[in-house]
Amino acid sequence: MTATESRTGRGSGGARRAPGVRGRLSSVARLAMPGATGRARHVTVRNALAARSNYGPLATGLVEPFFYLLSIGVGVGALVGEVVDDGVSYDYTTFVAPAMLAAAAMNGAISESTFNIFAKLRWDRLYDALIATPLTPSDVALGELLFAQLRGTLYSAVFLVTMTALGLVPSWWAVLAVPAATLIGVAFSAAGLSAVTWFRAWEDSEAVIGVQVVLFLFSATFYPLSVYPEPLQWVARLSPLYHGSALCRDLILGRPAWSDVGHVAFLVVMAVVGLRVAAHRFTVLLYDEGGGEAHAPR
Amino acid sequence: MADDEGRPEPVVRATGLGKRYGDFTAVDGIDFEIRPGEAFGFLGPNGAGKSSTMRMVGCVSPRTAGHLEVFGLDPSVDGSTIRARLGVVPQDDTLDIGLNVRENLIVYARFFGIARAEAARRADELLDFIQLGDRARDPVEPLSGGMKRRLTIARALVNRPDLVLLDEPTTGLDPQARHLLWERLYRLKQRGATLVLTTHYMDEAEQLCDRLVIMDGGRIADEGSPRQLIERHCPRDVVELRFTDGDRLAEAATTMAGAGHHIEPLPDRLLVYADDGERVVDQVEAVGVHPTGSLVRRSTLEDVFLRLTGRSLVEA
Ligand SMILES: Nc1ncnc2c1ncn2[C@@H]1O[C@H](COP(=O)(O)OP(=O)(O)OP(=O)(O)O)[C@@H](O)[C@H]1O
Ligand SMILES: [Mg+2]
Repeated sequence: MTATESRTGRGSGGARRAPGVRGRLSSVARLAMPGATGRARHVTVRNALAARSNYGPLATGLVEPFFYLLSIGVGVGALVGEVVDDGVSYDYTTFVAPAMLAAAAMNGAISESTFNIFAKLRWDRLYDALIATPLTPSDVALGELLFAQLRGTLYSAVFLVTMTALGLVPSWWAVLAVPAATLIGVAFSAAGLSAVTWFRAWEDSEAVIGVQVVLFLFSATFYPLSVYPEPLQWVARLSPLYHGSALCRDLILGRPAWSDVGHVAFLVVMAVVGLRVAAHRFTVLLYDEGGGEAHAPR
Repeated sequence: MADDEGRPEPVVRATGLGKRYGDFTAVDGIDFEIRPGEAFGFLGPNGAGKSSTMRMVGCVSPRTAGHLEVFGLDPSVDGSTIRARLGVVPQDDTLDIGLNVRENLIVYARFFGIARAEAARRADELLDFIQLGDRARDPVEPLSGGMKRRLTIARALVNRPDLVLLDEPTTGLDPQARHLLWERLYRLKQRGATLVLTTHYMDEAEQLCDRLVIMDGGRIADEGSPRQLIERHCPRDVVELRFTDGDRLAEAATTMAGAGHHIEPLPDRLLVYADDGERVVDQVEAVGVHPTGSLVRRSTLEDVFLRLTGRSLVEA
């Protein structure tokens, strides 16, 4: 498979890629994603151009952190006061804010990769045009994911700056929370991109909202995991949002631990598996269905 | 590259090529070869399987039977490499409504890895060619149908393709735009590009195609140059006898049976195929049939098409 892919990576019409960071990045992308040709970034650029005329979503994404932090800071935080985690006592708002960052990254990634992509997959002819070029369905899926993460990373950075301004960031380790939030976004985008290929109608997206709420409630976002009864703790450990919030919390509160490697690993596996499924599903969907997988062009 | 007998390798080679959608067979095991530098046409009634075939050649639709090679490569293995050398005009426009007219060309060029400055240069050159230079910064959506078609065609040429697949390229174009496109395609061919097109305009096929196949029900009914097909299937002349009254037409069809090679009754006229049309006109007078008008003309590809695609013919 790899031999084929490196051949498909260069079309005669295409400029040869300079070896270097870009080349190495696309080899990584090809490993994670069968069928990718290293051209996904052009899809990302296309989306950025098309988004220029539509500032609405960008603006909402940027003011969102205020609402998240305000609601817990002023609302819940005032009621709870202090919380003890790992033997250390934290101001409740300081304790919860990192999980809000993780949850915001998750929510952004899920809605970008489901609601937006559904219309493109089912109604627009856009993808039909893209796959008539050297781009493959895998490139399309990867390009969409990169675009969503470009936005997501910007939002997370703004979120963190807002938190800092509100005095909720005690440690310099917090800088790493931005890539951590991006990893959360990639993992959930990959899952969302896979899920959306099975949607038949708008109504299916309501199921997504349900999943978001359940994850939000059972992921040790509002309380330390130790507060949960033992069986629920195990449920939480299956939730990607739990690993995301725990990671962000450890970084922002300045208490990195070996368990964080586990959290990262969990999210990386989810991202890789999600991307592979998404690539496969985009291939089935964008090339004529019923066409027999064996001959699917790459 | 050449085969044992010194002929150049075909650009496209299909053997037993088939496409099934579920239980439905759209393309039913067809064989054809398209040689470098030629203009090759697919003709056929609606649903014949022309677009399905074009999409398989375009490497966006997996074949379900047979063998297919484009530039000597297998689309199921090297689809991306093949597509890099293709220009595709799909039957339905797939323009990017999120981008303006000029960006549609530039962004598309970038998908082929063409550098930004070069992409911009080609975009402007193509906009000139399709006479949309003054709409460069306009959104795509409000363009007229024909303008969108022209933009789709320009987009297909942005990577200087070696093989251009045109699925009903001139549908919706005004006569002037059509002739401009023919001229451009002709120049492209001069430069060595191979053209594959489908069309419902027989004059277009006669003008543009060196060789063509006539498809019907997923199969190839016949193959050859326009001239060969006409000679093979039709006598030299066609006599058109017009009637305003359907009953009179039916009556005349019976009376005339035996005149010429065969007779094709259409709703408003009878077509009588014959080697010598003038003699048929004399016969018409002699047997006492009085059409409201009559005309003798040479057989065309249109007549071959009617003959081959299962219109009921009254055999002489
Ligand atoms: N994606 C698809 N799924 C199911 N059936 C399809 C699909 N695409 C085409 N078909 C069917 O295959 C047959 C051939 O279609 P195709 O589009 O190849 O015909 P065509 O020769 O291009 O016709 P036209 O002149 O109308 O464009 C038709 O019966 C059509 O309904
Ligand atoms: Mg068609």
